[in-house]
Amino acid sequence: MEKQPETIMQIDDLHFAFTLRGQLLHVLRGITLDVYKGESLAIVGESGSGKSVLVKTLMGLNDGNGYVESGHILYEGKDLTTLKTDAEWRGIRGREIAMVLQDPMTSLNPLKTIGWQIQEAVELHQDLHGEEAKQAVYKILGEVGIADAPRRYKQYPHEFSGGMRQRVVIAVAVACRPKVLICDEPTTALDVTIQAQILGIIKEMQKKYGLTTIYITHDLGVVANVADRIAVMYAGDIVEVGRCEEVFYDPRHPYTWALLSSLPQLGVKGEPLYAIEGTPPNLFQEVKGDAFAPRNPGALKIDFVKRPPMLAVSPTHKARTWLLDPRAPQVNPPEHIRALREKGRALKLCEEEGTHA
Amino acid sequence: MPKATEREKLLEVEHIKVQFGKKSKPFVAVKDVSFSIYQGETFGLVGESGSGKTTIGRAVIRANPLAAGEIRFAGQRISGRLTKEQDQQVTQDIQMIFQDPMDSLNERAKVGYIVAEGLYAPGRHYTEEQRRELVAKALSDVGLLPEFASRFPHEFSGGQRQRIGIARALILNPKFIVADEPISALDVSIRAQVLNLLAGLQKERGLTYLFIAHDLSVVRFICDRIAVIHRGQIVELAGSEQLFAHPLHPYTQALLSAIPQPDPITERKKKLLVYDPACHDYTTDAPTWQEVEPGHFVYGNTKELDGYRKAVQA
Ligand SMILES: Nc1ncnc2c1ncn2[C@@H]1O[C@H](COP(=O)(O)OP(=O)(O)OP(=O)(O)O)[C@@H](O)[C@H]1O
Ligand SMILES: Nc1ncnc2c1ncn2[C@@H]1O[C@H](COP(=O)(O)OP(=O)(O)OP(=O)(O)O)[C@@H](O)[C@H]1O
Ligand SMILES: [Mg+2]
Ligand SMILES: [Mg+2]
Repeated sequence: MEKQPETIMQIDDLHFAFTLRGQLLHVLRGITLDVYKGESLAIVGESGSGKSVLVKTLMGLNDGNGYVESGHILYEGKDLTTLKTDAEWRGIRGREIAMVLQDPMTSLNPLKTIGWQIQEAVELHQDLHGEEAKQAVYKILGEVGIADAPRRYKQYPHEFSGGMRQRVVIAVAVACRPKVLICDEPTTALDVTIQAQILGIIKEMQKKYGLTTIYITHDLGVVANVADRIAVMYAGDIVEVGRCEEVFYDPRHPYTWALLSSLPQLGVKGEPLYAIEGTPPNLFQEVKGDAFAPRNPGALKIDFVKRPPMLAVSPTHKARTWLLDPRAPQVNPPEHIRALREKGRALKLCEEEGTHA
Repeated sequence: MPKATEREKLLEVEHIKVQFGKKSKPFVAVKDVSFSIYQGETFGLVGESGSGKTTIGRAVIRANPLAAGEIRFAGQRISGRLTKEQDQQVTQDIQMIFQDPMDSLNERAKVGYIVAEGLYAPGRHYTEEQRRELVAKALSDVGLLPEFASRFPHEFSGGQRQRIGIARALILNPKFIVADEPISALDVSIRAQVLNLLAGLQKERGLTYLFIAHDLSVVRFICDRIAVIHRGQIVELAGSEQLFAHPLHPYTQALLSAIPQPDPITERKKKLLVYDPACHDYTTDAPTWQEVEPGHFVYGNTKELDGYRKAVQA
């Protein structure tokens, strides 16, 4: 099969906490994840599960009340957790790793024009100046679907619509020509046609420059479109990781099951949609066992006692659930998940016939 | 369901125009938009980014003044000058959930105050205890822990902040809500929970929504009728199922063709339609807004409309 992928970043047992008025909030609880060169990795999961904090840790961008408790992030031989000051981070931010933040307003300066903000990145990272840089900015604006560039160049962020701001932030990140591009909810404020266009631009760059991308998104349609691999997060932990088809058609963690069962496409109009009961655990306290157990009607006894290990489903697919332990009883996934599995099986058969023919 | 014509119109937007910038060189964001929303319905507004959806929503809550046209609520004009009593009443009846939570939440206030703020408005008398209970209830309704009340907005994730905005709008018990991308930052399960909550409130209290969103699978699921807008102009309006069964305007067709499918096989095989406004020839035959089948309106010229009528009959 494929050759062993090359790892560009290695996250190893990462723990991260915030101090909040004397209390500790344990937001990341032992994240281990490899990122491969040139791949596109999607991180999905519960709101508040730590996705944004995780990627901000990769660039040292978390709020001052947060800190890495333990663990390592290896990037090109460097341990990023040892970087402290902005000066130490300078070589990494923008140049190596660039990020599209979830809230466009937080990454745009309200007092500077849109044009100025993109041009700054162009001048710094593409070594263009003056009129040349300005033309490059016009071109970038066009590429992200913002017409009338000369007028738009002179406007301020508040004069842009939500989706236009989001596209400007993407434009700035792209202008940095990074090796790793992190997109935190890059397309939530975009209509689906422009969304398709933006995802196309990012894919294009990926091909052209061998860019590695990490997407965070709640839109499972976007995930299905862009992801080579998917990592599923719940309460500060990665509960499942695998290739795109493995997670979509053969999910193993009960949280992933519940997530895939909540899609509006599965709903019946006029009736409530399926939603997971309860709330995620309070991270001020220590989480015991499988963090999802209290919301999982089919939880096993051991789920409340002991944190499950990451168990392999295939060489590329792992899940943190006791259900994969040989001693676990047979638990049938919900109906919708069984249907997905059927589909996956049919797909695999097709593929195999294809390769033998 | 009663026929549309027999139902009471709660919100009427008539030929509104909104512009920005200097009076001498204005930028027209919304050209000439009209629609009505019936009591108890969920009306979806979808379309191109930058086409004027938020601007329309803000005009409804009176944050954007109109350059022309009129907006009526329960039969009463609410655009332009109002008396103090009218103003108070409208502020109470119409709430908006804002698109950009970071932009709309007061960074220096604690979440408990942000959510409760409307309860301090003149004419409302609550004890400290009542307010605390209402806040706790509003927070847990949107899947947040009541303990969160003592924290500041920047200490939350994107989806948590969005839900703070929803709790803040719902606590006032409004009659009408402009929900501008209310669930874009939520995972599908919490999204389902919030949608169930909104639908439940509609059943219990007859709430009416103007629902602005880019996620068309959600819009299809929750909305009774959908309007499609492109560059400040509504190009098509129909019942949800009608629109998905027979999208007529080429922009609507392009939009529906691009809906992301949460399934890698179908998603990667998807065929995108591209909309080019140059496909319309409006030089001699000017477009009008016409009903091509009951409840289904499209913007087009005579030739196009003939084609649309044939298409729905086929
Ligand atoms: N500055 C901060 N101080 C204290 N807690 C914080 C801070 N920033 C984030 N948190 C908490 O850390 C947790 C993880 O937040 P994070 O933003 O990573 O979530 P997320 O997975 O990105 O969620 P969403 O999908 O809603 O954006 C949340 O419980 C949040 O309340
Ligand atoms: N305060 C303002 N000053 C100048 N122009 C503005 C202002 N607010 C909005 N606009 C312009 O009006 C147009 C419509 O913006 P609006 O925010 O209504 O779009 P939208 O349909 O909500 O888009 P999105 O889906 O991206 O949120 C845009 O071209 C925008 O640049
Ligand atoms: Mg986030
Ligand atoms: Mg908007």
